[in-house]
Amino acid sequence: MKNVASAFAVGLIFGIGLAVSQMMNPAKVIGFLDFAGRWDPTLALVMIGALIASAPGFALARRRTGSLLGEPMRVPTRRDISVRLVGGAAIFGIGWGIAGFCPGPALSAIATGQSRVLLFVAAMIVGALLYRILPAERLIKT
Amino acid sequence: MENFTPLSGFVGGLLIGAAASLFVLLNGRVAGISGILGGALVPRGGDFAWRVAFLVGLIGGPFAVAAVSGQMPEVVMQTSDLGIVVAGVLVGFGTQLGGGCTSGHGVCGIARLSPRSLVATATFFAVAAATVYLTRHLGG
Repeated sequence: MKNVASAFAVGLIFGIGLAVSQMMNPAKVIGFLDFAGRWDPTLALVMIGALIASAPGFALARRRTGSLLGEPMRVPTRRDISVRLVGGAAIFGIGWGIAGFCPGPALSAIATGQSRVLLFVAAMIVGALLYRILPAERLIKT
Repeated sequence: MENFTPLSGFVGGLLIGAAASLFVLLNGRVAGISGILGGALVPRGGDFAWRVAFLVGLIGGPFAVAAVSGQMPEVVMQTSDLGIVVAGVLVGFGTQLGGGCTSGHGVCGIARLSPRSLVATATFFAVAAATVYLTRHLGG
């Protein structure tokens, strides 16, 4: 159960970070992506802060075979650049550009109770389930 | 650049990064939200509770901030309902197909210099910026 408690605590810190940085606000994210408009560089500062604080954790984790709570290390090891990877990222990018929401901010924004946030999250879950249903593995071989 | 909020952005980013560090050290996993969500939708034995706990915490974050600041953080969506539905489906499908989103590829992947995540992140940032240009400036 310790891994469940730590997952909750980590999720909470992550959600606080999304709220403090205002990345849970789609208007703020669109402000960064809109280079031809009134550009708001805030998202770049968020990324820099996140990388400064996450790089040490991954550097320490690399030297370990198990986690501090005794879980196996499940950090991805693949290095191949596949059509699926780039295609999936591009499809995600279109959706991200339309609404300004990516998965973490959309889920944390459920806290506002706004019906349009719930609409986005419901559609996002449908999209994720569609991936499980459609034979994506066969459509895209590599 | 009148909307630029560098300090709160940087501090929030540090919190997000600290969460990613804690998660890989404690749970041995990458804090990728689309992966955590995707796994929760098709649960396998013993793999469900921690995912739900993480997502509940994620939703709790803004409540914690609201408890301290006295108001819920702002969420402004400037997209039509149809646009929201289309975008949601694309984000859900694309992140599962591409194996990650802004957190898994963008933060965790770049932090560990994964070539896959560098390519994925460059792709979704470029495509999202192009989409914003098309929808807000050309399609208007």
